[in-house]
Amino acid sequence: MFFQHLVNGIVIGGIYAMVALGYSMVYGVLQIVNWAHADVLMFGTFIGLILTGLGLPVWAMIIIAASFTAALGVTVERVAYRPIKSGNRKMAVLVSALGMSTFLQNLAQLLFGSSTKPFSAIKKGNYEIGTIIFSNIQVIILTITAIMLLILYIVVYKTKMGVAMRACSINIENAKLMGINTNRIISITFAIGAFMAGIAGILIGTYYSAVYPTMGYLLGMKAFAAAILGGIGSIQGAVAGGFVIGIIESLGAGYISSSYRDAYAFIVMIIILVIRPSGIFGAKHIDKV
Amino acid sequence: MSRIKELFSKYRKKVFSPRTQLIFMIILLVAAFACPLVITNKYTLHIIISCFIYACLTLSLNLIIGWSGQFSLGHVCFFGMGAYITTLLTINTGMNFFFAWIIGVIFTSAFAALLCYPTLKLRGDYIAVVTLGFGEVFRLFLTNAVDITRGPAGIPSIPSPILFGIEISGKTMFYYFALVLLLGFIVFMKRFNNSGFGMAMMTVNEDDVAAIALGLNPKRYKMAAFAIGGGMAALIGGFYAVYMGMIAPTSFSYAESIKMVSMTVLGGLASIPGSIIGAFLLTALPEALRSFSEYRMVLYGAAMVVMMIFKPDGMWSRNKRTKNEYKYVAMRGVKNGKNSAS
Repeated sequence: MFFQHLVNGIVIGGIYAMVALGYSMVYGVLQIVNWAHADVLMFGTFIGLILTGLGLPVWAMIIIAASFTAALGVTVERVAYRPIKSGNRKMAVLVSALGMSTFLQNLAQLLFGSSTKPFSAIKKGNYEIGTIIFSNIQVIILTITAIMLLILYIVVYKTKMGVAMRACSINIENAKLMGINTNRIISITFAIGAFMAGIAGILIGTYYSAVYPTMGYLLGMKAFAAAILGGIGSIQGAVAGGFVIGIIESLGAGYISSSYRDAYAFIVMIIILVIRPSGIFGAKHIDKV
Repeated sequence: MSRIKELFSKYRKKVFSPRTQLIFMIILLVAAFACPLVITNKYTLHIIISCFIYACLTLSLNLIIGWSGQFSLGHVCFFGMGAYITTLLTINTGMNFFFAWIIGVIFTSAFAALLCYPTLKLRGDYIAVVTLGFGEVFRLFLTNAVDITRGPAGIPSIPSPILFGIEISGKTMFYYFALVLLLGFIVFMKRFNNSGFGMAMMTVNEDDVAAIALGLNPKRYKMAAFAIGGGMAALIGGFYAVYMGMIAPTSFSYAESIKMVSMTVLGGLASIPGSIIGAFLLTALPEALRSFSEYRMVLYGAAMVVMMIFKPDGMWSRNKRTKNEYKYVAMRGVKNGKNSAS
């Protein structure tokens, strides 16, 4: 049974990792928490559902829906975050983000209805290796997660744009002085984060075969816990945190009690934060006087 | 000199003298007490009582976020804890509501201080997530520990409190009960704000290191903020339980915490009138938008974004208020010809 739980945990952890990356990258560049991220994800999943209804092939559906999600992510930043320049910016952006989140959630309820919709883009089939059973959806989830993480690695560490992004996350003011178009980099960061979230949303929608307007909330919270756990702002941290949370949740639900399934992510996060306040991969933060 | 006068004449309309403020406050108070005599519609009264409840909650949360600068996203946990402890004590042991209430407040206060302890090492957004996580774990506990909390169905038919042989029931009675609570909270916060303790807390908020240099212990003030804020929220929780007559885990969800934080920031950090304005606005706004039926929550979200873009410091921010006070002092000086600096 242990390996079965482990496999399930790794699959769900991959999805958390993809969502956590969106939180972590935005935090790295702007030092704000994008609370509307989970609702952008939900919107993308609904688009995927509609495209599947139109009879598009799966790969085209995923790419188009994720691109739409990326566009929505950029729009959210343009509309709700960028105009806020003065005042206690962090708090103002937070409330603005919460407003955006309410807006998107209720808009989805209005457009698509509040009931849970089944999502079966991929036909389900099971494989067995020894005692471990896994479905083809799990294999697809793991493959897509691996491909996305690889692409992200190449973009961030091997391209000029990636250098600019990392420069922004070290110090955005200095990056501006070095001739980097920071507004463009911010938009790209949001686009990449939302693109990954769109794919994650479609994957989890197919995995549980359920799409509904509030689906983003718990997924987003756990992914955020994963980002914090790994050290927010760090890409490796977000990935590691996602897998840790996924595996612990799966093992906890299997061995301790499944009714507290949603609590394990937070309990683990609190314990790790108390032991190591900057997260697993987070840089040590030194307050300067 | 004339330049200063010219400068202030621009602002004169915005500045109120203490006497005008006092008169304004008395009018508000009389209006608040006369309200149930004029409004007989039960539904409207319920909305106003909800406004009072949220105003109290916002004040208690503002103490944690605004005065002490710790970003708590799990305030609903304290609110719910107060409600549940008070109710369970009155129902299971037959204790008087007021005793149970006090026990609930003390217990929650101690719990809040304990919860704050692990977050002392953390900064900013991390505190938000730890408190949010606690709120979520608490809600799951309420839903799953069926033996203690009676699970997702909640606790129905909570008896009305009896004070000196008079049973408090009916909307009008509860209205005055809530009003007294709110006034008590306002007086408390006002005194707290002007006390040395409150100022020390704000100093810790401004700059930890400077506070240590002044001989203040930041940990003490941060924990105190949680203890006081949590206790206040529990107080309202107990009231909420007897007012509604039933409680269920769904009333203490994450969305409620988010609502309280929105009210706090929208009203203005560390501002007493701001908290009340924020709470009234965000409680009444969905009701005012009721005619748009299904569009109302969409509009509500959009309104929050727009308000933050145009008023990022909140409706009644502390900065604006202190500036106004300075303006008043300076202006009076100009009027009386005492202002020598020009």
